[in-house]
Amino acid sequence: MDIESPEKLIELLDRHAYLADEGLATAAFLALRMGRPLFLEGEAGVGKTELAKTLAALLKAPLIRLQCYEGLDAAQALYDWDFARQLLHLKAAEAAGITDVSRLEGEIYDRRFLIARPLLKAIETQPSVLLVDEIDRADDEFEAFLLEVLSDFTISIPELGTVKAGTPPVVVVTSNRTREVHDALKRRCLYHWLEHPGFDREVAILLRRLPGCTETLAVQVARAAERLRQADLVKPPGVAETLDWTEALLTLGAKELDPDRAAATLGAALKYREDVAAVIGNGLLSHG
Amino acid sequence: MDELAATMTGFARTLRAAGVAADHERTQNLLRALDHLDVTDQGEVYWAGRLTLCATPDDLPRYDRCFDAYFGGRKAVLSRAATTSVTRHLAERQDDGESGDDDGTPAPATASRIEVLRHRDVARLTEAERAEVHRMLALLKGGRARRRSRRFESAHRGRLDQRRTIRDALRKGEVARLRHRRHTTRPRPVVMFVDVSGSMAPYAETLLRFAHALVRSEPRATRVYSVGTRLTPITAELRHRDPGTALNEVSKVIPDWSGGTRLGEELKEYLARFSARGAIALIASDGWERGDPELLGTQLARLARQAYRVIWVNPHKGYADYQPLTGGMRAALPYLDDLVAGHSLAAFEQLSERLAHA
Repeated sequence: MDIESPEKLIELLDRHAYLADEGLATAAFLALRMGRPLFLEGEAGVGKTELAKTLAALLKAPLIRLQCYEGLDAAQALYDWDFARQLLHLKAAEAAGITDVSRLEGEIYDRRFLIARPLLKAIETQPSVLLVDEIDRADDEFEAFLLEVLSDFTISIPELGTVKAGTPPVVVVTSNRTREVHDALKRRCLYHWLEHPGFDREVAILLRRLPGCTETLAVQVARAAERLRQADLVKPPGVAETLDWTEALLTLGAKELDPDRAAATLGAALKYREDVAAVIGNGLLSHG
Repeated sequence: MDELAATMTGFARTLRAAGVAADHERTQNLLRALDHLDVTDQGEVYWAGRLTLCATPDDLPRYDRCFDAYFGGRKAVLSRAATTSVTRHLAERQDDGESGDDDGTPAPATASRIEVLRHRDVARLTEAERAEVHRMLALLKGGRARRRSRRFESAHRGRLDQRRTIRDALRKGEVARLRHRRHTTRPRPVVMFVDVSGSMAPYAETLLRFAHALVRSEPRATRVYSVGTRLTPITAELRHRDPGTALNEVSKVIPDWSGGTRLGEELKEYLARFSARGAIALIASDGWERGDPELLGTQLARLARQAYRVIWVNPHKGYADYQPLTGGMRAALPYLDDLVAGHSLAAFEQLSERLAHA
């Protein structure tokens, strides 16, 4: 797909109900054009993961997701051999009296016994969008390994050979910044810090994403969200939470944000008991 | 070099002077990015630079300032933050009258002498004695308790090692023996917070040297922050092999020597940005909290939920009659796994021993 400018990309993303500003659109545009991974950093719920999903939708490419966690290793990220089937094959060969080792080896390390994990899958699927989600949760050793894969989009499998991507996947790496990610990895990528949206943009997002939402409700929820983000909370709500919250209100048939309904649905926006208590205790929902 | 490349290289240089890591590779990325954009559009140039040259949220305000300055037609005038030298800072401290020897005369290091020094409060030592204690600290073998990692090594028992079993079977022509593997281990991370406020001044240097020893022994599993009125990461500075150089580098980045302590707010900032999951959190402070003790309590509660252990190192704990009565200490106590002394070489040796077996 030919996307000629960042403005054009804003328009395309908008068609998929994702409202990007100039910075994010330029970042994604350059990632597509330059074939570079896009490193998105920002607080939870600002729409990092959502961007990858939307890019996949608009490029009509499958989204392949690698969710990072502590202890994630190469076998879980790249590929693994299907041990059970390999053994069965060996047993069958044994029964048939086949003893030619090199022949057996060739058979066992065949592509059909290989289980592709997300990175290999992304390299083999074209086009594809690879989402490396929450890289800050993986161990730092994993970064060096990821850097290698993202540098030349090649995976070498000792028993099988090298797999290289014809067209590299579009890569989005996200981080919530719970840990500093190594600079070498960031240097490979385009770096974008994603902020919470401003008031107007948030209203627009609510209206764009939730068809039943009235302008009054969107304005009131966005204003409340803004106040919640300024209040001293453990986990201020992101856009994802405001969307959930509004959806909860809509489900209850709310046309406006009245204090009772707001309190009843607050759990959709705030995920810590302390936060809910603080907000209700300080009457943060009652004005406006 | 064409004009655009020259302009952009100059801009990157300006950024580097302002503390943004806009190195050569990043500058090349910027030029590549501009191939795809409209270079006459100020907005597109702004974003191309920001996306390729910046690497942390802290870079962004600097980037904005430099961009305005550079492309506004004037070169940015950059002032480096005034640096304080830790040695100068510590030299200004009044020496305690109780200390025995004359300053500056290096005493011979004998075993018995070191044994005596080992148990003395570092705040009550002469410069020469303290230097000796610091030399001993640098030699501290900071082992670290290990925890299970997700990686494997081959072993006699444990989980089935599928790859090896298959390899063996191939070689022998039959599945003769199952091979096993087990998890390797990795050092348990430590996050240390060193209070550099006024009341901690007599201990700050020693604590930082202890932190240096921790970083040197497990560079990848130790993170250190100075706390006072601001949370400042100092791990990178402490990575220098030489403790003197490391401390000097640390002194350049800590902006709040000898101020008050707002540990609650700083822990909150830490927890908002980073995580202490699975780590041993070491807080080195006397607990003279200037902020709200209640806030300190709630933040420590959060820290305790994340961390493997929370250990508070208090220099005054070394005295038999010490009671944790300050507001900060009282608020913190319910959430601590341990409150230990941190006033003498012996105390640090014990702490180090603890970390090796925690």
